[in-house]
Amino acid sequence: MDLIYLAISATFVNNILLAQYLGNCPFLGVSKKLETAMGMAAAIVFVTLLASIFTWSVFTFVLRPYDLEFLKTLSFILIIASLVQLVEIILKKKSRTLYNALGVYLPLITTNCAVMGVALLIAKKEMDFLSMLVFATTSAVGYGLALILFAGIRVRLQISAVPQSLQGTAIALVTAGIMALAFMGFQGMA
Amino acid sequence: MAEKLQQTLTAGLWKRIPPFRLVLGLCPSLAVTMSAENGLGMGLATAFVLILSNGAISALRNIIPSKVRIASYIVIIATLVSIVEIIMKAYFFPLSEQLGIYIPLIVVNCIVLGRAEGFASKNPPFNSMIDGLSVGAGYALSLTLIGSVREIFGAGTWFGIPFFGETFEPMTFLVSAPGAFVTIGTLLALQNLFSRWRGEKFIQG
Repeated sequence: MDLIYLAISATFVNNILLAQYLGNCPFLGVSKKLETAMGMAAAIVFVTLLASIFTWSVFTFVLRPYDLEFLKTLSFILIIASLVQLVEIILKKKSRTLYNALGVYLPLITTNCAVMGVALLIAKKEMDFLSMLVFATTSAVGYGLALILFAGIRVRLQISAVPQSLQGTAIALVTAGIMALAFMGFQGMA
Repeated sequence: MAEKLQQTLTAGLWKRIPPFRLVLGLCPSLAVTMSAENGLGMGLATAFVLILSNGAISALRNIIPSKVRIASYIVIIATLVSIVEIIMKAYFFPLSEQLGIYIPLIVVNCIVLGRAEGFASKNPPFNSMIDGLSVGAGYALSLTLIGSVREIFGAGTWFGIPFFGETFEPMTFLVSAPGAFVTIGTLLALQNLFSRWRGEKFIQG
Protein backbone atom coordinates (compact mmCIF):
# COMPACT_ATOMS: atom_id res chain seq x y z
CA MET A 1 0.00 0.00 0.00
CA ASP A 2 2.83 2.33 0.91
CA LEU A 3 4.46 1.56 -2.41
CA ILE A 4 1.30 2.40 -4.38
CA TYR A 5 1.07 5.65 -2.47
CA LEU A 6 4.73 6.35 -3.25
CA ALA A 7 4.17 5.58 -6.93
CA ILE A 8 1.18 7.90 -7.29
CA SER A 9 2.95 10.63 -5.37
CA ALA A 10 6.08 10.42 -7.51
CA THR A 11 4.23 10.30 -10.83
CA PHE A 12 1.54 12.92 -10.34
CA VAL A 13 1.59 14.83 -7.07
CA ASN A 14 5.32 15.50 -6.79
CA ASN A 15 6.05 15.26 -10.50
CA ILE A 16 9.80 15.87 -10.75
CA LEU A 17 9.42 18.16 -13.72
CA LEU A 18 6.44 20.30 -12.80
CA ALA A 19 6.51 20.27 -9.00
CA GLN A 20 10.21 19.83 -8.28
CA TYR A 21 11.55 21.59 -11.36
CA LEU A 22 14.21 19.06 -12.31
CA GLY A 23 15.34 18.56 -15.89
CA ASN A 24 13.99 21.74 -17.41
CA CYS A 25 16.69 22.31 -20.03
CA PRO A 26 15.93 19.17 -22.08
CA PHE A 27 12.26 19.73 -21.32
CA LEU A 28 12.31 22.98 -23.30
CA GLY A 29 14.91 21.72 -25.75
CA VAL A 30 13.43 18.47 -27.05
CA SER A 31 9.74 19.14 -26.67
CA LYS A 32 9.34 20.79 -30.06
CA LYS A 33 8.39 17.53 -31.76
CA LEU A 34 6.35 14.63 -30.44
CA GLU A 35 8.74 11.92 -31.69
CA THR A 36 11.85 13.42 -30.09
CA ALA A 37 9.94 13.87 -26.85
CA MET A 38 9.01 10.19 -26.88
CA GLY A 39 12.60 9.12 -27.55
CA MET A 40 13.86 11.32 -24.76
CA ALA A 41 11.20 10.04 -22.36
CA ALA A 42 12.18 6.42 -23.04
CA ALA A 43 15.88 7.19 -22.60
CA ILE A 44 15.22 8.99 -19.32
CA VAL A 45 13.22 6.12 -17.82
CA PHE A 46 15.95 3.68 -18.80
CA VAL A 47 18.89 5.71 -17.49
CA THR A 48 17.18 6.93 -14.31
CA LEU A 49 16.36 3.38 -13.27
CA LEU A 50 19.88 2.11 -13.95
CA ALA A 51 21.56 5.13 -12.36
CA SER A 52 19.38 4.91 -9.26
CA ILE A 53 20.26 1.25 -8.74
CA PHE A 54 23.98 1.99 -9.01
CA THR A 55 24.05 5.18 -6.94
CA TRP A 56 21.83 3.57 -4.31
CA SER A 57 24.20 0.59 -4.03
CA VAL A 58 27.27 2.79 -3.77
CA PHE A 59 25.60 5.05 -1.23
CA THR A 60 24.27 2.25 0.99
CA PHE A 61 27.20 -0.15 0.83
CA VAL A 62 30.22 2.13 0.47
CA LEU A 63 29.59 5.77 1.36
CA ARG A 64 27.37 5.36 4.41
CA PRO A 65 29.22 2.55 6.24
CA TYR A 66 32.52 4.41 5.91
CA ASP A 67 31.16 7.90 6.68
CA LEU A 68 32.04 9.26 3.27
CA GLU A 69 28.74 11.01 2.62
CA PHE A 70 30.52 14.22 1.65
CA LEU A 71 31.68 12.42 -1.49
CA LYS A 72 28.06 11.93 -2.57
CA THR A 73 28.00 14.67 -5.21
CA LEU A 74 31.30 13.70 -6.78
CA SER A 75 30.65 9.95 -6.85
CA PHE A 76 27.08 10.28 -8.13
CA ILE A 77 27.98 12.45 -11.08
CA LEU A 78 30.87 10.15 -12.00
CA ILE A 79 28.64 7.08 -11.79
CA ILE A 80 25.97 8.71 -13.95
CA ALA A 81 28.45 10.01 -16.53
CA SER A 82 30.27 6.70 -16.91
CA LEU A 83 27.04 4.73 -16.87
CA VAL A 84 25.58 6.79 -19.69
CA GLN A 85 28.76 6.26 -21.72
CA LEU A 86 28.70 2.53 -21.00
CA VAL A 87 25.03 2.17 -21.95
CA GLU A 88 25.74 3.99 -25.18
CA ILE A 89 28.62 1.65 -26.09
CA ILE A 90 26.66 -1.49 -25.18
CA LEU A 91 23.58 -0.40 -27.09
CA LYS A 92 25.68 0.43 -30.14
CA LYS A 93 27.15 -3.10 -30.16
CA LYS A 94 24.17 -5.16 -29.06
CA SER A 95 20.98 -3.51 -30.16
CA ARG A 96 21.06 -1.34 -33.23
CA THR A 97 17.32 -0.59 -33.17
CA LEU A 98 17.35 0.58 -29.57
CA TYR A 99 20.48 2.61 -30.24
CA ASN A 100 18.89 4.32 -33.19
CA ALA A 101 15.87 5.16 -31.07
CA LEU A 102 17.70 6.42 -27.96
CA GLY A 103 21.23 7.11 -29.20
CA VAL A 104 21.16 10.85 -29.74
CA TYR A 105 19.49 11.50 -26.39
CA LEU A 106 21.91 9.52 -24.27
CA PRO A 107 24.81 12.03 -24.10
CA LEU A 108 22.33 14.78 -23.24
CA ILE A 109 21.16 12.88 -20.20
CA THR A 110 24.45 13.25 -18.32
CA THR A 111 23.66 16.88 -17.69
CA ASN A 112 20.00 16.25 -17.04
CA CYS A 113 19.40 17.18 -13.45
CA ALA A 114 16.40 14.84 -13.27
CA VAL A 115 18.61 11.74 -13.18
CA MET A 116 20.98 13.20 -10.59
CA GLY A 117 18.06 14.72 -8.68
CA VAL A 118 16.26 11.38 -8.33
CA ALA A 119 19.51 9.77 -7.12
CA LEU A 120 20.02 12.54 -4.56
CA LEU A 121 16.41 12.38 -3.35
CA ILE A 122 16.73 8.63 -2.84
CA ALA A 123 19.92 9.13 -0.83
CA LYS A 124 18.35 11.94 1.19
CA LYS A 125 15.26 9.91 2.10
CA GLU A 126 17.40 6.81 2.82
CA MET A 127 15.01 4.50 0.98
CA ASP A 128 15.21 0.71 0.99
CA PHE A 129 15.77 -1.24 -2.23
CA LEU A 130 12.13 -1.80 -3.16
CA SER A 131 10.99 1.78 -2.52
CA MET A 132 14.03 2.97 -4.46
CA LEU A 133 13.01 0.89 -7.48
CA VAL A 134 9.41 2.11 -7.36
CA PHE A 135 10.40 5.73 -6.74
CA ALA A 136 12.97 5.82 -9.55
CA THR A 137 10.65 4.19 -12.10
CA THR A 138 7.59 6.24 -11.32
CA SER A 139 9.49 9.52 -11.12
CA ALA A 140 10.97 8.91 -14.53
CA VAL A 141 7.59 7.85 -15.92
CA GLY A 142 6.10 11.05 -14.50
CA TYR A 143 8.83 13.05 -16.22
CA GLY A 144 8.19 11.26 -19.51
CA LEU A 145 4.46 11.81 -19.18
CA ALA A 146 4.86 15.54 -18.62
CA LEU A 147 7.36 15.76 -21.48
CA ILE A 148 5.12 13.99 -24.01
CA LEU A 149 2.00 15.91 -22.94
CA PHE A 150 3.92 19.16 -23.24
CA ALA A 151 5.27 18.27 -26.68
CA GLY A 152 1.68 17.67 -27.78
CA ILE A 153 0.71 21.16 -26.68
CA ARG A 154 3.82 22.73 -28.16
CA VAL A 155 3.10 21.34 -31.61
CA ARG A 156 -0.19 23.25 -31.46
CA LEU A 157 1.58 26.39 -30.23
CA GLN A 158 3.67 26.52 -33.38
CA ILE A 159 0.65 27.10 -35.57
CA SER A 160 -1.03 29.66 -33.35
CA ALA A 161 -0.49 33.42 -33.37
CA VAL A 162 1.70 34.28 -30.39
CA PRO A 163 2.73 37.89 -29.60
CA GLN A 164 6.22 38.49 -30.92
CA SER A 165 7.88 39.08 -27.57
CA LEU A 166 6.40 35.92 -26.11
CA GLN A 167 7.54 33.65 -28.93
CA GLY A 168 9.84 30.73 -28.24
CA THR A 169 10.92 29.99 -24.70
CA ALA A 170 8.72 32.60 -23.03
CA ILE A 171 5.41 31.13 -24.19
CA ALA A 172 6.74 27.62 -23.52
CA LEU A 173 7.42 28.54 -19.90
CA VAL A 174 4.01 30.12 -19.41
CA THR A 175 2.39 27.02 -20.94
CA ALA A 176 4.42 24.82 -18.61
CA GLY A 177 3.14 26.93 -15.74
CA ILE A 178 -0.46 26.30 -16.73
CA MET A 179 0.31 22.60 -17.04
CA ALA A 180 1.88 22.62 -13.58
CA LEU A 181 -1.32 24.24 -12.34
CA ALA A 182 -3.29 21.32 -13.80
CA PHE A 183 -0.94 18.84 -12.14
CA MET A 184 -1.50 20.60 -8.82
CA GLY A 185 -5.04 19.26 -9.00
CA PHE A 186 -3.60 15.82 -8.20
CA GLN A 187 -2.68 17.05 -4.74
CA GLY A 188 -6.14 16.07 -3.57
CA MET A 189 -5.23 12.44 -4.23
CA ALA A 190 -2.56 12.32 -1.53
CA MET B 1 43.55 44.14 -23.66
CA ALA B 2 41.84 46.19 -20.96
CA GLU B 3 39.00 46.86 -23.36
CA LYS B 4 38.54 43.17 -24.01
CA LEU B 5 38.48 42.45 -20.29
CA GLN B 6 35.86 45.09 -19.77
CA GLN B 7 33.82 43.60 -22.59
CA THR B 8 34.01 40.17 -20.94
CA LEU B 9 33.07 41.70 -17.61
CA THR B 10 29.96 43.45 -18.84
CA ALA B 11 28.78 40.74 -21.24
CA GLY B 12 27.43 38.55 -18.44
CA LEU B 13 25.34 41.37 -17.05
CA TRP B 14 23.24 42.02 -20.13
CA LYS B 15 24.45 40.58 -23.42
CA ARG B 16 24.47 37.01 -22.18
CA ILE B 17 22.77 37.24 -18.81
CA PRO B 18 21.57 33.82 -17.67
CA PRO B 19 18.92 32.49 -17.58
CA PHE B 20 17.24 35.10 -19.81
CA ARG B 21 19.65 35.62 -22.68
CA LEU B 22 21.58 32.42 -22.19
CA VAL B 23 18.67 30.04 -21.60
CA LEU B 24 20.66 27.70 -19.36
CA GLY B 25 20.36 26.79 -15.72
CA LEU B 26 16.59 27.03 -15.58
CA CYS B 27 16.03 24.38 -12.92
CA PRO B 28 17.49 26.29 -9.98
CA SER B 29 15.99 29.53 -11.30
CA LEU B 30 12.58 27.93 -11.00
CA ALA B 31 13.10 25.87 -7.89
CA VAL B 32 14.80 28.05 -5.31
CA THR B 33 13.39 31.48 -6.13
CA MET B 34 10.52 31.32 -3.63
CA SER B 35 12.11 34.30 -1.89
CA ALA B 36 14.71 36.92 -2.78
CA GLU B 37 17.04 35.59 -0.09
CA ASN B 38 17.05 32.03 -1.46
CA GLY B 39 17.60 33.36 -4.97
CA LEU B 40 20.56 35.45 -3.87
CA GLY B 41 22.07 32.56 -1.88
CA MET B 42 21.77 30.16 -4.80
CA GLY B 43 23.12 32.76 -7.22
CA LEU B 44 26.17 33.45 -5.06
CA ALA B 45 26.87 29.74 -4.60
CA THR B 46 26.73 29.21 -8.37
CA ALA B 47 28.87 32.30 -9.00
CA PHE B 48 31.52 31.02 -6.57
CA VAL B 49 31.67 27.66 -8.34
CA LEU B 50 31.68 29.35 -11.74
CA ILE B 51 34.62 31.67 -10.98
CA LEU B 52 36.80 28.95 -9.49
CA SER B 53 35.90 26.28 -12.04
CA ASN B 54 36.59 28.68 -14.91
CA GLY B 55 39.96 29.54 -13.36
CA ALA B 56 40.95 25.93 -12.69
CA ILE B 57 39.81 24.61 -16.06
CA SER B 58 41.51 27.42 -17.91
CA ALA B 59 44.77 26.86 -16.02
CA LEU B 60 44.65 23.16 -16.95
CA ARG B 61 43.37 23.65 -20.50
CA ASN B 62 46.64 22.67 -22.15
CA ILE B 63 47.12 19.55 -20.00
CA ILE B 64 43.66 18.01 -20.28
CA PRO B 65 43.43 15.78 -23.38
CA SER B 66 40.51 16.94 -25.50
CA LYS B 67 38.95 13.47 -25.64
CA VAL B 68 38.27 13.28 -21.93
CA ARG B 69 37.77 16.99 -21.35
CA ILE B 70 34.08 16.88 -20.43
CA ALA B 71 34.69 14.20 -17.80
CA SER B 72 37.64 16.15 -16.39
CA TYR B 73 35.57 19.35 -16.25
CA ILE B 74 32.83 17.51 -14.40
CA VAL B 75 35.29 16.21 -11.79
CA ILE B 76 36.68 19.71 -11.21
CA ILE B 77 33.19 21.20 -10.95
CA ALA B 78 31.95 18.42 -8.67
CA THR B 79 34.88 18.96 -6.31
CA LEU B 80 34.15 22.68 -6.09
CA VAL B 81 30.45 22.02 -5.53
CA SER B 82 31.27 19.63 -2.69
CA ILE B 83 33.36 22.38 -1.09
CA VAL B 84 30.47 24.85 -1.40
CA GLU B 85 28.10 22.24 0.06
CA ILE B 86 30.31 21.72 3.12
CA ILE B 87 30.90 25.45 3.65
CA MET B 88 27.18 26.18 3.41
CA LYS B 89 26.32 23.41 5.88
CA ALA B 90 28.88 24.82 8.31
CA TYR B 91 28.11 28.54 8.13
CA PHE B 92 24.65 28.98 6.54
CA PHE B 93 22.76 25.97 7.84
CA PRO B 94 19.14 27.24 7.52
CA LEU B 95 19.77 28.42 3.95
CA SER B 96 21.43 25.13 2.98
CA GLU B 97 18.42 23.23 4.38
CA GLN B 98 16.07 25.34 2.25
CA LEU B 99 18.08 24.97 -0.92
CA GLY B 100 18.32 21.22 -0.25
CA ILE B 101 19.30 19.04 -3.19
CA TYR B 102 19.67 22.06 -5.46
CA ILE B 103 23.13 22.79 -4.02
CA PRO B 104 24.64 19.46 -5.17
CA LEU B 105 22.70 19.92 -8.40
CA ILE B 106 24.92 22.89 -9.32
CA VAL B 107 27.14 20.15 -10.78
CA VAL B 108 24.67 19.56 -13.58
CA ASN B 109 23.86 23.24 -14.02
CA CYS B 110 24.49 23.75 -17.73
CA ILE B 111 25.83 27.29 -17.17
CA VAL B 112 28.95 26.06 -15.38
CA LEU B 113 29.77 23.40 -17.95
CA GLY B 114 28.71 25.74 -20.74
CA ARG B 115 31.15 28.48 -19.71
CA ALA B 116 33.90 25.91 -19.16
CA GLU B 117 33.49 24.55 -22.67
CA GLY B 118 32.63 27.85 -24.33
CA PHE B 119 35.10 30.22 -22.67
CA ALA B 120 37.57 28.73 -20.16
CA SER B 121 38.86 26.07 -22.55
CA LYS B 122 40.04 28.78 -24.96
CA ASN B 123 41.15 31.69 -22.78
CA PRO B 124 43.84 32.36 -20.14
CA PRO B 125 42.95 31.90 -16.44
CA PHE B 126 42.54 35.56 -15.51
CA ASN B 127 40.14 36.33 -18.37
CA SER B 128 38.23 33.15 -17.60
CA MET B 129 37.80 34.11 -13.97
CA ILE B 130 36.53 37.53 -15.07
CA ASP B 131 34.06 35.77 -17.35
CA GLY B 132 33.00 33.53 -14.45
CA LEU B 133 32.55 36.61 -12.26
CA SER B 134 30.46 38.41 -14.84
CA VAL B 135 28.20 35.49 -15.79
CA GLY B 136 27.95 34.46 -12.12
CA ALA B 137 27.02 37.97 -11.05
CA GLY B 138 24.45 38.13 -13.84
CA TYR B 139 22.96 34.83 -12.69
CA ALA B 140 22.85 35.96 -9.05
CA LEU B 141 21.15 39.20 -10.15
CA SER B 142 18.57 37.34 -12.23
CA LEU B 143 17.80 34.87 -9.45
CA THR B 144 17.41 37.71 -6.95
CA LEU B 145 15.11 39.53 -9.38
CA ILE B 146 12.93 36.45 -9.95
CA GLY B 147 12.93 35.77 -6.20
CA SER B 148 11.98 39.37 -5.45
CA VAL B 149 9.07 39.37 -7.89
CA ARG B 150 7.74 36.12 -6.48
CA GLU B 151 8.26 37.12 -2.87
CA ILE B 152 6.86 40.66 -3.15
CA PHE B 153 3.68 39.65 -4.94
CA GLY B 154 3.36 36.13 -3.58
CA ALA B 155 4.05 36.77 0.08
CA GLY B 156 4.01 40.56 0.41
CA THR B 157 7.54 40.74 1.81
CA TRP B 158 11.04 41.47 0.47
CA PHE B 159 14.01 39.75 2.11
CA GLY B 160 11.56 38.96 4.92
CA ILE B 161 10.58 42.62 5.48
CA PRO B 162 6.86 43.42 4.98
CA PHE B 163 6.56 45.34 1.74
CA PHE B 164 2.87 46.26 1.53
CA GLY B 165 0.46 47.32 4.26
CA GLU B 166 -1.66 45.00 6.35
CA THR B 167 -4.48 44.95 3.83
CA PHE B 168 -2.42 43.32 1.05
CA GLU B 169 -3.75 39.94 0.00
CA PRO B 170 -0.74 37.93 -1.29
CA MET B 171 -1.05 36.00 -4.55
CA THR B 172 0.06 32.63 -3.18
CA PHE B 173 -0.03 31.30 -6.75
CA LEU B 174 3.32 32.98 -7.42
CA VAL B 175 5.09 31.21 -4.57
CA SER B 176 3.83 27.77 -5.64
CA ALA B 177 5.29 25.68 -8.45
CA PRO B 178 3.23 26.95 -11.44
CA GLY B 179 3.94 30.55 -10.45
CA ALA B 180 7.64 30.00 -10.99
CA PHE B 181 7.14 29.05 -14.66
CA VAL B 182 4.76 31.93 -15.30
CA THR B 183 7.03 34.49 -13.59
CA ILE B 184 10.09 33.49 -15.60
CA GLY B 185 8.08 33.30 -18.82
CA THR B 186 6.71 36.80 -18.25
CA LEU B 187 10.12 38.25 -17.32
CA LEU B 188 11.58 36.65 -20.44
CA ALA B 189 8.86 38.25 -22.57
CA LEU B 190 9.49 41.67 -20.96
CA GLN B 191 13.19 41.31 -21.64
CA ASN B 192 12.44 40.47 -25.29
CA LEU B 193 10.14 43.45 -25.52
CA PHE B 194 12.81 45.75 -24.06
CA SER B 195 15.49 44.40 -26.42
CA ARG B 196 13.27 44.95 -29.43
CA TRP B 197 12.39 48.44 -28.26
CA ARG B 198 16.10 49.23 -28.01
CA GLY B 199 16.52 47.85 -31.50
CA GLU B 200 18.99 45.14 -30.47
CA LYS B 201 19.42 42.06 -32.54
CA PHE B 202 16.80 39.52 -31.56
CA ILE B 203 18.71 36.60 -30.08
CA GLN B 204 15.94 34.83 -28.23
CA GLY B 205 13.83 32.60 -30.39
